[in-house]
Amino acid sequence: MNGKKKKTAVNVLKNVLAWMVSLIMLIPLVLIVVNAFKPDAEALTLTLSLPETWTFSNFATVIEKGKLIRSFLNSLLYAGCATVIAVVLGSMAAYIFSRRRDRFNNSVYMYMVLGIVIPINYVALMKVMQVTHLNNSVPGIILLYAATQLPFTVFLIYGFVSKVPTDLDEAAVIDGCGPVRLYFNIILPMLRSSMVTAAVLCFLNTWNEFVMPLYFLNSSEKWPMTLAVYNFFGQYEKSWNLICADILLTCLPVIIMYLVCQKYIVGGQTAGAVKG
Amino acid sequence: MKKERIYPWYFAAGAIFLYTALCVIPGIIGIGYSFTDWSAYAKEVHFAGLKNFKEIFSADTNYLKYITNTLLFTVVTTAAKSGLGLLFALALSKNIKMKNFHRGVMYMPSVLSILIIGLVFTSILNPKTGLLNETLRAAGMDSLTQQWLTNPKIAFWSVMGVDIWRGTGYIMTMLIVGILAIPQVYYEASSIDGANGWNKFLHITLPMLRQTMAVTIVLNVLYGMKVFDMVYALTNGGPGHTTEVMYTAVFKQFSQGLYAEGTTISSVMFIFMVITGFFMIKILTKDEVVEG
Repeated sequence: MNGKKKKTAVNVLKNVLAWMVSLIMLIPLVLIVVNAFKPDAEALTLTLSLPETWTFSNFATVIEKGKLIRSFLNSLLYAGCATVIAVVLGSMAAYIFSRRRDRFNNSVYMYMVLGIVIPINYVALMKVMQVTHLNNSVPGIILLYAATQLPFTVFLIYGFVSKVPTDLDEAAVIDGCGPVRLYFNIILPMLRSSMVTAAVLCFLNTWNEFVMPLYFLNSSEKWPMTLAVYNFFGQYEKSWNLICADILLTCLPVIIMYLVCQKYIVGGQTAGAVKG
Repeated sequence: MKKERIYPWYFAAGAIFLYTALCVIPGIIGIGYSFTDWSAYAKEVHFAGLKNFKEIFSADTNYLKYITNTLLFTVVTTAAKSGLGLLFALALSKNIKMKNFHRGVMYMPSVLSILIIGLVFTSILNPKTGLLNETLRAAGMDSLTQQWLTNPKIAFWSVMGVDIWRGTGYIMTMLIVGILAIPQVYYEASSIDGANGWNKFLHITLPMLRQTMAVTIVLNVLYGMKVFDMVYALTNGGPGHTTEVMYTAVFKQFSQGLYAEGTTISSVMFIFMVITGFFMIKILTKDEVVEG
């Protein structure tokens, strides 16, 4: 076999491998999609066969029985508010830490970033939530999500702040610009793409999270979608068509977001890991 | 003084306050509570000395098993995801048709809810009707069918397997970004010097990927130590605690009102992670953050 032929053969093998891996990754997703459209009798178990009769009423059923509208709005509220708080407060902090790199501020930055590593003590957190009257409350869960997303947000944006030249700050200050206007009118627009990345990641993480509500939200009308799905799964254990419809509706916002913002998500999650 | 005027410290105060109040303080008061008999059943909390720690580190209870399970999960999933991720990244970084499609698909599991992935796999791994056993039977490999999630010998490996399925694409994507960032001239220069593929891998690709590998490993170790959703959805610690990890144990104690035990395990984790965390943070922040 000459070199060229060998190279072609290797490339074919590579493409075959790529398809195999992709298929293994796709099967569970295909399972959810096809089974979400099956009538009860066909969906006692999850199979890859296409539905014999396409049933669209599953979605109406789960929206009604699973109270999906309510949990959808809850998820949207929690993820949306937590993202805004985390990105606004996180970027302001990252800006300060990056611009004032004295020993003290470096230590405070490290203290913040340590939050990526340290585990949450949920049991003691409950005590804090009770004392501050945040337990089982909507503001409580939003602040919790914002707090847990802050360390990574600060870490992500910190690196980008240093790329904004300080000459800009000085020029603005000489022109009589105060610190608040300097930040919001001049620095913030320059950080836009990193803030979008941080926001998308915060939103995704918060949307998918379900441990916080599991511990800290007792009333089902406050549950986000993930917890509602889990509960639905427990109630309708045999009706996989309904469970799949429920799962599909829960994942749909995330999948749409992934398709639209893929660049930001992959870019953000790989940021820092890859030396440019 | 000038810096304070342009970059006032109150800008950072909100973030520091929120993070300290809801992430750090619970960790610290949790350590305090682990020396007490705090529970849902008694109105008052009494000092109990080292009782909780003795219980956790005693051979009569299962806690040590949960700790070793967590460590096993961390080591096995991190090693497997990194190994497979590197392999796929090397194979799939170049000369792949429809590469955006493949990358998009392989990365997808890492944006989905872990809980939901777990729920779907409870069906796939169902011994009687699940897709995995059905496929094995259809392929005539009946002997390979298993009680994936209920056989105590296999269950934990199944849980780890699902997690490896979920996490490999993420590492692969990071490594592909890393591989594509290696300047092509290095390879060209080494070709002129007569280096073969293996030499190039060993002396160019691997050293250039070191930082990326280090970060992915740190992130996976962190994930593994804190794993909860995956185990909770697939087995909830069963059968007979064989798949119990630290965080599922904490949740069970919390639900049973055994707050002191729950906070003690959490505190052991907290102290361990703060100590090792400094090294991990050093790795994460080693270089300036760059756009991926």
